[in-house]
Formats: sequence, C-alpha cells, structure tokens
Amino acid sequence: MSRLVLPERVRLRYRKVGRVRFTSQRDLARVMERAMRRCGLPLAHSSGFSPRPLLSFGLALPTGCASLAEYLDLRLDPDRESDAVEVVGHDAADPADLAHLCRRLSEALPDGVDVTAAAALFGPEPSLQEAVASCDWELEVLGVSPAVMTGRVERTLGAETVEVARERKGRAVVDDIRPAILALSVVDRPPHELEGHGEVVSLAASLATRPRGVRPAELLGALGDDVRLLAACRTHQWMDHDERSARTEPLTEDGTVWGGPPARTEVRGG
Amino acid sequence: MSSVWDRVEPLLWHVEKPARYIGGELGCCVDDKGPDAVRWLLCYPDTYEIGLPNQGLQILYSILNERDDAAAERAYAPWCDLEALLRERGIPLFSVESARPAAEFDVVAFNLSAELTYTNVLNMLDLGAIPLRTEDRTGDPVVIAGGHCTYNPEPLAEFLDAAVLGDGEEVVGELNDALVAWRATPRSRRDRRALHLALAAIEGVYVPSLYAPRYRDGRLVGYDPADGAPATVEKRTVADLAAWPYPREQLVPLTEVVHDRLNVEVFRGCTRGCRFCQAGMITRPVRERPRDQVLELVRDGIARTGYDEVALTSLSTADFSGIESVVGALTERGAAGHDVAVSLPSLRVDAFTVGTAAAIQQVRRTGLTFAPEGGTWRMRRVINKLISDDDLFAAVEAAFSQGWRRVKLYFLIGLPTETDEDVVAIAELAARCVALGRRHHPSASVTASVGGFVPKPHTPFQWHAMDSVAELRRKVGILRDAARRVRGLEVRWHDPAASVAEGVVSRGDRRVGRVIERVWRDGGTFQEWSERFSLERWEAALAAEGLDLEVTALRSRDRDETLPWGHLSAGLHPDFLWGDYESSLAAEGLEDCRWTPCYDCGACTTYGIEHVVASPTPPAGGSQGTGQGLDLTGADAPTLVALSATRR
Repeated sequence: MSRLVLPERVRLRYRKVGRVRFTSQRDLARVMERAMRRCGLPLAHSSGFSPRPLLSFGLALPTGCASLAEYLDLRLDPDRESDAVEVVGHDAADPADLAHLCRRLSEALPDGVDVTAAAALFGPEPSLQEAVASCDWELEVLGVSPAVMTGRVERTLGAETVEVARERKGRAVVDDIRPAILALSVVDRPPHELEGHGEVVSLAASLATRPRGVRPAELLGALGDDVRLLAACRTHQWMDHDERSARTEPLTEDGTVWGGPPARTEVRGG
Repeated sequence: MSSVWDRVEPLLWHVEKPARYIGGELGCCVDDKGPDAVRWLLCYPDTYEIGLPNQGLQILYSILNERDDAAAERAYAPWCDLEALLRERGIPLFSVESARPAAEFDVVAFNLSAELTYTNVLNMLDLGAIPLRTEDRTGDPVVIAGGHCTYNPEPLAEFLDAAVLGDGEEVVGELNDALVAWRATPRSRRDRRALHLALAAIEGVYVPSLYAPRYRDGRLVGYDPADGAPATVEKRTVADLAAWPYPREQLVPLTEVVHDRLNVEVFRGCTRGCRFCQAGMITRPVRERPRDQVLELVRDGIARTGYDEVALTSLSTADFSGIESVVGALTERGAAGHDVAVSLPSLRVDAFTVGTAAAIQQVRRTGLTFAPEGGTWRMRRVINKLISDDDLFAAVEAAFSQGWRRVKLYFLIGLPTETDEDVVAIAELAARCVALGRRHHPSASVTASVGGFVPKPHTPFQWHAMDSVAELRRKVGILRDAARRVRGLEVRWHDPAASVAEGVVSRGDRRVGRVIERVWRDGGTFQEWSERFSLERWEAALAAEGLDLEVTALRSRDRDETLPWGHLSAGLHPDFLWGDYESSLAAEGLEDCRWTPCYDCGACTTYGIEHVVASPTPPAGGSQGTGQGLDLTGADAPTLVALSATRR
C-alpha cells in the first residue's frame, strides 16, 4: 500500500448501522482506536501518567441507535510517522489521500461502520461537542396506530411543557423537554406490519442538544407509555451559526468542513 | 439452517449490554461450509465478556473452522434479562455469528473452566431446547465438555455425552472424524449407543454413560465400564506446542471483555509442584513455545488486531527460557509498528522478576501482584511454594523502589495443617511489606487477598479435608483482627460459602448432578456472581438428594477409597500423589523437575513425552521451587525429597 500524506488534524464523518449499533459509544471508541492502529495511523497521545490517543468524538450516540452522520476529530503526531502515513501541514495534505484514508479505515472497521468523508482541520473550529446544536432523527415505533400517533404528536407540539423524569448526579429531577423538540411529525409511509409486534409507525424528529440533549427514548416516553422504540437513526447533526441563521453539518459527505468565523474569540469558563 | 435474529433484535433495546449478542468480532467465522460439514456450537457457560477471551475455546474455534468438514460458531450464557425475554417468547439459545438455534447444531460443546458455572450449562441446554439428560437425547446434538474441570466430570455425567481430558488440539479433529462417520450412517441406524462407543474409542474421551457407578452404604465403591470402554481414560497431551500456533486469528470483540488484549501462550504446563494447584498437576509436562515463534505470534497478532497490549500467558511466565530476551525484543520502540505494552499475568515472587516487570511497564506502574499463598515458611513448605520471606521482601522492596505504589498479595486459608499462627502470619507478613513500601512512598499500600482452599482432584491434596464455612469465616475474622491496626494494609477475602459450594461440585460424585439440577431449577444461575450466589440453595438441594456438605465436599478421603475421578488419569501415578501428600504433611519440599532429575510423577513416562524447555538451568535470581539461593543448611532449610527412590 502506498504511503498516505495526511494533515496533523483530521475530521472524519462515519455511519454506524446494522448490528454494530448495539455497541456503546465507549466500545466504538476502542474499536476506532484499534482500526486506526491497524491502518498505521500515528495517533498523537495525551501526555502524563496514562497517555490516551487524542480522539474527540461528537455527541454520544445512544446504544442501539443507528446513525448516518457521526463525527470524530483526530490528531496525528509528526514524530511518530509510520511506513503507512506521512504527517504534513494542512495545506500540504493530499485530498486524494484523505479519500484513501476513508477506504482503509472502512475496511479495518467492523461491518456497519463506514467512514464516508475526511477533511483537514486547520482553523479555530469549535469542538464537535460545542458546535452541534441539533440532531435529526428517524424513529420507528410500535404500540399505537398512525392515526393515534398523529394525535399525540399534535398534542405534544401544542403543549406548553413536556416533562420527563431524569436522574442527575444520583438525584431524580424533572425536566421540560418541550423547548428542545424543534420538529416532530409522523412520516407518511405505506402500512408496515412487524410479525408478532403490530404496525410500525415512522416519526421524524429534530431535537436540540442544549441545554441538555433529548434522547429518542425520552421523546417516546413523552408520547405515551404504550409506545415502544423499534429503531432509531440519527440522520443529521447540525451546527447553528446565529449570525447568518444558517445551519451546516460539521463535515458534509462531499468533504466540506465549515471552518468557523475567522476572528471568533472564544470565551471560556466565564 | 434458520436464524432467530429478527426475533431477537427488537429485544436488544431492553437488555443490558446488548453487544454481548451481536458477534461481529474481528476473526469471527462465517459458515460457508457444505451440508456435510459437522456443525459445532462452542459454548462458554458464563457471560460474553467472561467467556469470549477464553483461549481454549478460541483455539478449537480456529482449528475447526480451518477444516472443510467442520464449522464452528459460539454461544455464551445470556444474562438473566435476555433469558427472561427469550423464554417469554419461546426463542431458543442461539449462536452469536448467525443467530442459529442451538438445537440445529450437530455438537454443543462446553468449556468448563470454573465449577460454579455448571448450573449455566444446564440452563443453556434447556434454553437451547436440548434434552438435559443424555439418555433422553435421540436426534439431538451431541453434548461434549472440555477444559480443566473435566478431570472430575462426574457431577455433569448425566448431562454429557462425552468429556474430553487434556489438550484439545488433536482430539477435536478425531472427534470431528468420528462425527462425520456417524452422520454418514443412515438416520434409521444412528444408534446413540454406537456413537458413544465410537467416541469412547478415541483416546482422551470419557463417555460417562458407559460407566455405571456402584455404591455401598451411600459411598461410591467403583465403576463398571461397558464392553469396549477403557477401564481408565487417559488425558491427551500435545507433545510440541510449536506445532500448534493457535488461535490463528484471535477474536477481537466489539465490546469490552476481561483480558481485552492479545494473548500469546508461551508455554503450557508447570512443574513448580505447588500441591494445591490443580492446573500445575494436570497440565504437565512443561512445553515451551520456541522464542522465535512467540515473537512472530506477537508481531503478527499486534499488526492484525490493533491491540496495544499483549499478555505472554502461562502458569508462570517468568520461568520461560529467555524471557528477558523476548521482553527486550518486544519493548524495543516500534518493534510491532506501534508502542505495545507487554504484561506478564503471573509473576514469580523474586526481585529479578520485578526487574523484568519494570522493563516492560515503563509508563503505568499502578499495582503489582505476587502469590506467596502461605503466611509462614512452614506453611509454604507444606504446599511446596518454596519462596522464603526474604524472596518476598526482596520482590516487594524492588517493586516499591521502582515506582509501584500498590502491591497485592494472594494467600490461601484453610490449607492442610494450618494453625491460627499461620493465619495471623499472613497479616504480619503483609504488614512488613507495607513497612518496606512506606520507606519509598508515604501512600504505599498492600492488599492481602485471601481465598478459601478447595482440595482439588488429581492433586496431592485430593484426599485432604476441606475447612467448613464456619471455620473459614473464623480464620478470616482472625486475619481481619490482626490486620486492623496496620495502616496501608487492606484484607480482602473470597466468600467462604462460595468456596464450599465449589468444593461440592469439584469433589462430588455423579449424585451431585441432581443437586446441580435442583439449584438450577430453583433459579440458581450465574453462581460465579456473588450477587446471584446463595449457599442456602445448595444446602437445600443437597438435603433433598440425601446428601450434605460434609459428605460431599468437606470430609477427608481414605487412601483406598474410590475417588469419583479415580478412573480418569492425568498421567500422575496415584503413588506419586500419595507420596507427595505425605511429604507435604511432613513439611518437605519437592524440587522442580525441569532442571533436576526426574522423580517420575507419571506425566511424561505414562505417555512417552518429555519437557520441552530451552534452558537447561533454572532462571537466575529465583529460589521458588528450585532450591537455588536457599540456605539448605540452616534450620529453616526445606527438606528436598527424591520421591522416585521411596516409591514402589
């Protein structure tokens, strides 16, 4: 295999579908690390007592949910170059090699995990955790008919507050998730019966990530105790840019990464 | 072949750790064999994360899947949450690769590595819709077991078509051949008894249904083997480990498991001769893997798996000839393409070994573990763990001075001839280790981890009595009192009740099968898990079968008593074991025969094999079991006996 010429900082976009979606975010992080080592990627490591590879994942994907739009930022170490990879500045990186990287990683990853885009990072891009403001979901649920579900969706959207019980730092709390439900609708699909389970209803939801993310299971809880989740797929993660009221993906499938406003001043810790 | 995946998938939202059930590991084999291949379901009777790393199971998985006439898949015990959902919906136990129901396989084979998993064996058979008892099976899968526990398979005798003794690498192929021949027989003539006789003709294969136990006055007095069944079943031993570089492709799981790293077995067998250690007795002789093959397996394995840690496994890896040169080669920067941590899971107790550990653990020096096993030098002579106090102190001193902050010490209580002084001495020994540590770090600490001794079959202690729960608890109490005022010393102990239940299942005869069945029917699965274990359940089941703890597990046995495992052989001469037992009671040590003349325990001579050890001399710096470095003239000197002169 030819040696890849890669930039020091890379953002990856990947899918997680099929059986492998039953692995946890933590499991997938380890799977990624091993796949990267198998590909000879010279990952930079944290310093200190117990060095860890510098990988930063975006919003955790709940175990069991599929996704078409997951992201991961990684940092390569020019001092650890291998036979497989040469590390250069972002402007000297070869775009074709980023495409090769996607292919090599996808081959090294389990079935169902595919790296669909890679791009060099170079500016003061905000971290994935900070940047993503909302996620789009497709949900398949069981337990009620499409007509009943349509009524419940309307009631939920019309409600002032939608309360869910959560546990935070070991204490039971009640949160209002209504502000985080940006959109919710029943998707018009031909009727589909799952043997032994009844009719499947498809929902489309757009859920905000702040102040706290809403998990698909919590949304369903709000739609009724008799609603059971069959499948969930995150289709998009969106970054909001207030100034332009535009939204973009952290990295599109065609490899475009939004660089952030050029002179943004980051204010941290108040 | 069918798959239950579509029915299982919707359930996985509702269970803990659903990744246990999805397979998809790197190295996982997809069945693409023809219809005539023998289908094996290799089962580990505990959770996925405990069972997946089992190397024995992975070796057989690899060997079988390389054959054109065999295909192997795997199953692990589903946790209680999924089990309940499966039973509710009538979904059977299934393989992780293709979600194929267990009953569709030709063979269902269990790895038995821990006795308290036996209730899970029954549960998995039942969940797999396979008749529990051998006598009730007709066209059902053949149920086989292997692993260390099969050296006393009697408690599972009524549930197993066959049990395999010893190394599985060769015998698994012979079993497959026999099953191919069996399948070629027309269905109408597939007589189960004929199959049993064909299996019993394979060396190392024990078919319990061909051996009728005889009892007199409630005691086992012998077995009547059927025509065609050997009077004694001998274990199998692979003479040359180099011929078996397996598993070829270690499985790399998608979810976290125990021992989540590359494992390379550097040798099999151990002749240190620790008398409590069943593994050391039944796996003799020592067979080392050639150094270059070890290096190759590590380098290829690291490149293939992407692991950043490799464990060099064996019963005592520091004894591997040229261990330093292997460690040196592996820790050279870039030796495997990226930085790799090497771990030695079993350290010998001496300063030299700590030096080797320091060489490989450059970064993370959190804790180091030693196993002196006994608190006094006398106790250690009884068990033939011949390390002196000074060896231990030198090891501990070396560990603390080289940056480790925490040392863990393993001990056994309930050992033969043990007195309260021996128990209190555990605390004293550990306290002196803390004091050594405090000279280097104000926060240095020592953990003394204490297990209850279970006298195991095929060891010199197989005849010896076992301490009761009350006695073990009393000794734990003495130890805790003695350790209470020592800052930096923590005492941890294994539940004595679990040790006694382990005694029931490891020392019991065929009647214990009904006890296991009762415990299982009463809901007693996952007995290795403290939150699921209850001794009351075992006691009630024993009582219902007219047995008790004393008769089944605790009592001592006479030399001429029929042992439940007496017709099964690990090669060890009963005379050797008895002689070594007597030496033990006299606190006499026995040398490691790797580097000293043979005392004919039987492990080599019975099978015409020999040690495969690259170095003709014992490792430098260690006294354990070799006599080397011990002052043999002092009052504390171990008496080293040559048993071959006193036998027969």
